[in-house]
Amino acid sequence: MNAPGSRMVERQGWWKAHRFLLLRRISQLSILALFFAGSHLGITLLQGNLSSSLLLETVPLSDPFVLAQLLASGHWPELSALIGGLLVIGFYALVGGRSYCSWVCPVNPVTDLAAWLRRKLGLVKTTQLSPQLRYWILACSLILPLFTGYIVWELVNPVSLLQRGLIFGISAGWSLIAAIFLFDLFITQRGWCRHLCPMGAFYSLIGKVSLVRITTPGRQRCDDCMDCYKVCPEPQILKPVLKPNKDPLTGAAETAPVIIASTCTNCSRCIDVCAEDVFKFGNRFATEVERTQ
Amino acid sequence: MPANKRQHAANPGRRQFLTDAARGACAAGVCGLGLAAYASQASQKDAQALRPPGALPEADFLSACLRCGLCVEACPYDTLKLARLFDPAASGTPYFDARTTPCEMCDDIPCVPACPSGALDQALTDINNARMGTAVLIDQKSCLNFQGLRCDVCYRVCPLIDEAITLEMQRNRRTGAHALFIPTVNSDICTGCGKCEQACVLDEAAIKVLPEKLAVAGADKHYQLSWEVEAERGSPLVPQQLKLPVRKPGDSQ
Repeated sequence: MNAPGSRMVERQGWWKAHRFLLLRRISQLSILALFFAGSHLGITLLQGNLSSSLLLETVPLSDPFVLAQLLASGHWPELSALIGGLLVIGFYALVGGRSYCSWVCPVNPVTDLAAWLRRKLGLVKTTQLSPQLRYWILACSLILPLFTGYIVWELVNPVSLLQRGLIFGISAGWSLIAAIFLFDLFITQRGWCRHLCPMGAFYSLIGKVSLVRITTPGRQRCDDCMDCYKVCPEPQILKPVLKPNKDPLTGAAETAPVIIASTCTNCSRCIDVCAEDVFKFGNRFATEVERTQ
Repeated sequence: MPANKRQHAANPGRRQFLTDAARGACAAGVCGLGLAAYASQASQKDAQALRPPGALPEADFLSACLRCGLCVEACPYDTLKLARLFDPAASGTPYFDARTTPCEMCDDIPCVPACPSGALDQALTDINNARMGTAVLIDQKSCLNFQGLRCDVCYRVCPLIDEAITLEMQRNRRTGAHALFIPTVNSDICTGCGKCEQACVLDEAAIKVLPEKLAVAGADKHYQLSWEVEAERGSPLVPQQLKLPVRKPGDSQ
């Protein structure tokens, strides 16, 4: 069996077939590196961590999910944290809510590695979980502080824990990350990011209105090679835009050629691996479909 | 009506939704219960994990702290640490260990303005008003000064020497000829910086900084001390006190 994207590698070269993957890894790494430098090397470009930070010693940035839990626990934070939260929400409303997941989150490389190993080792067995479960956990993480007065989820949130750990030291926190890796590898495919993580669920809510989207202007060229399905962390979102239902009378496609689903992480692996250049970055209002020759 | 009923029964989407919803709610509920239990346990931080200056009371602090580490980065002496999983404080929250690295009580308190969440109270501008904890001379049997020696180290390193820690003289009963200089913490002044605990020369410190909740007692609000009241208003607290003659042993009759 060929690895997904191998046709793309043959046609347009390895670099082109991995360009967004590499960009994402650079993005994830450099954000962590900047925080690390801010904490340990006295380079104050970016200080704090992903939960709350200070950019260039002036612009506050706060994670809106952590902030929401804080508000739910009954604490009204300083103005800077609120402004920081709004800035971050605004940013992701622009570039795509779950862009956080694939371009920033440090757990993403871990779960990506598990998914890659799954493909390499041919592990197909997976325990079915509802992708809606993450929204229940999200609700849970916002309701519990109402009653307990504690920011409960942040005690165990592996996303916060890993990024904080990589900047400030992690020790026993590795156990939780290892658990996620093993869960994704042996129990449920894409289990953490796709089914459980309430942080991703929160960002996908921002993604309901976000502007930047993956579009499929070349969908008529799609030759069903399934490569994009294999690499996509949320493959259920692909079918409606690749194989739209046709209106029986006019023959016009019923769905626009744009992935409007808010669970899309804009990871762009589909653009990377597609040898037919079906996918392209665009915006949510895209309608253009290229004609086939 | 029957047609309507059949329609209901044959609505797999709705049934699927209800099943999924029930399952999701149960799973999230169970997970939530476990988390709540862990949270209440994790909120009982170790007595030796002290919070930065200006920290809200522990319960409020836990609901306020964003766990961003900006206070830790602002601390010029690397006193503050962010708790890791299974550390003595709730994971991600800042704390310090007085025995290894006490608070240096910076004049400008850089950790407080760095806090974006309000978990460290911005109203704290004078470090002498900080209450990170309270020092307690916890083991009199081991303390060298209680043996009649002049160690005095905790007293001498105290940034508020002669205010937060004073030396109170007592008779040395062992020699009958000397004094004991007893280090005495004044809990209304001690900031809990931990300098004394760090400096204690014993293997295990005889003086330790504990969270205020453990270290400081408080009388009931209605409690009054008669001599204080009398000094304040010039008349005795209980006006019609009977004056009885004082009879000492040896007095005739």
